Amino acid sequence: MIEVSRLSKRYNGNHGIRDVSLTIGKGAITSFIGPNGAGKSTLLSVISRLLPMDEGTVRIGGMDVSKSDSRELAKVVSILKQSNHLNVKLTVGELVEFGRFPHSAGRLNAEDRRQVDEAIRYMELEELRGKHLDNLSGGQRQRAFIAMVLAQDTEYILLDEPLNNLDLKHSVQMMKVLRRLTDELGKTIVLVLHDINFAAAYSDSIVALKDGRVARHGAADEMIDPAVLQGIYDIDIPVHELGGRKVCVYFR
Amino acid sequence: MKLRYLVVLLVILSFISLFVGVSDIRPWDLFRLTEDQADVMMISRIPRLVSILIAGAGMSIIGLIMQQLTRNKFVSPTTAGTTDSASFGVLISMVVFPGSAPLVKIIVAFVFAMAGTLLMMRIMERLRYRDPVLVALVGLMFGSIVGSATTFLALKYDLIQSVSSWMNGSFSTILKGRYEMLYVSIPMIVLAYLFADRFTIAGMGESFSVNLGLNYRQVMRIGIVIVALVSSVILLTVGSLPFLGLIIPNLVSLYKGDNLRSSLGHTAALGAVFVLACDIMGRIVIYPFEVPIGLVVGVLGSGIFLFLLLRRRAAHE
Repeated sequence: MIEVSRLSKRYNGNHGIRDVSLTIGKGAITSFIGPNGAGKSTLLSVISRLLPMDEGTVRIGGMDVSKSDSRELAKVVSILKQSNHLNVKLTVGELVEFGRFPHSAGRLNAEDRRQVDEAIRYMELEELRGKHLDNLSGGQRQRAFIAMVLAQDTEYILLDEPLNNLDLKHSVQMMKVLRRLTDELGKTIVLVLHDINFAAAYSDSIVALKDGRVARHGAADEMIDPAVLQGIYDIDIPVHELGGRKVCVYFR
Repeated sequence: MKLRYLVVLLVILSFISLFVGVSDIRPWDLFRLTEDQADVMMISRIPRLVSILIAGAGMSIIGLIMQQLTRNKFVSPTTAGTTDSASFGVLISMVVFPGSAPLVKIIVAFVFAMAGTLLMMRIMERLRYRDPVLVALVGLMFGSIVGSATTFLALKYDLIQSVSSWMNGSFSTILKGRYEMLYVSIPMIVLAYLFADRFTIAGMGESFSVNLGLNYRQVMRIGIVIVALVSSVILLTVGSLPFLGLIIPNLVSLYKGDNLRSSLGHTAALGAVFVLACDIMGRIVIYPFEVPIGLVVGVLGSGIFLFLLLRRRAAHE
């Protein structure tokens, strides 16, 4: 469980968050949605200790994020930012091995190697294992980063816009993998997503942010509602039922 | 390329290096050296070889570390102000504490090199332009500004000759008793090996490091200490060796990648091989005179650097 209480983070601009309190359940996918500048990425960064908070507390699995040892936290929670554009020449295998760093500090034992192999197999990267990251497509690279996070073997996985730079096919593949991680391995996943239809189709619950505050938090099904969406995005978003799924039609 | 080949090449070149020089010593004399020949070996040739190996490996390794910490392949101690700051420090110590012991000079040079490197990294972080070549150019400008301050002070205190002597690296003045402070680099190189994984992770950025529970700031500080200390002792013994910290890590990165755990050994070995080859060349070209090592490294190095730049452009198009 992730417990956020009275969290504030000011920026010199207005991209901050104000007095956010939130409880994110275990073993589920939770998506943060909202307009640009609503504070989605900021909230994720503060929760994951990438940014220091001004006020409030965050507890992940009972650990106070601002007081716990960073290395111990790295065994419990992982965070992947959208801008993991690396100019570092590493192979997929080497990158995934770094996921074991919090556990092994660089000296891989048999258990570490097993986890690395498993993560690579899970993300279907066996054939790319010896390839350098800079020779991969955007989708393959994204999968390699997820494999690294899997090798890190944390109960909580936070992803900032994991679908950025991915085409439709790879976006669907990515979301299916995340769904499997939750359903099969019981991971707790928190995402920042831009596309509300992806959020609707794959999340268990959705947190809508607006102007640095939580505008609404609920099960995915109840959040995909014209009145709720109108309140978040300030435009009319008709919701249709297609093949038993709610789909937002926000294009015109 | 296998590390083994580099090491074999290093051993062969080291052997050759011991027998190049004005005093005639042949390999077959080795087991029946006259007293004079033994003196030449012990006082000049072996210290020279050792300092070449340490300086070549040391400059290359700190170049690599600096590139990891700034996340920029075009940055190196000699092109981004570290060496210039150390040099400024040496001059200050000569002006403020004239006739001071070598240890005082090292300490002052080290403090200045640290401060200069930190300042330069702050400037680089704040730059709006993210193009690595532009960022590296700013580092070059920073180095030149510090360098011009050094020149100004040196002119004022009539020390310009001393400054130019250490700004042009040379192994010809290396003698027993005058190079031993280079050994300070060895524990620093060992430290670099111990921190190899951490430097690789730091090279992937702060958020990446924090995710893996790495103390990013601490790794940065340790890296800067290694870079500043090694550049200071090399500057004070051998003098400035341009381009080395820039081209060797880039060449190794081409065939070995950026995982420091596997590339550090290659970087050290290739750096030592390169400097050794340049030194032998410099001693042979106008025998019995010598071309300063800085010149040979500069000529070959700028050629290789040009190749790396053009290659990068070709890869972009």
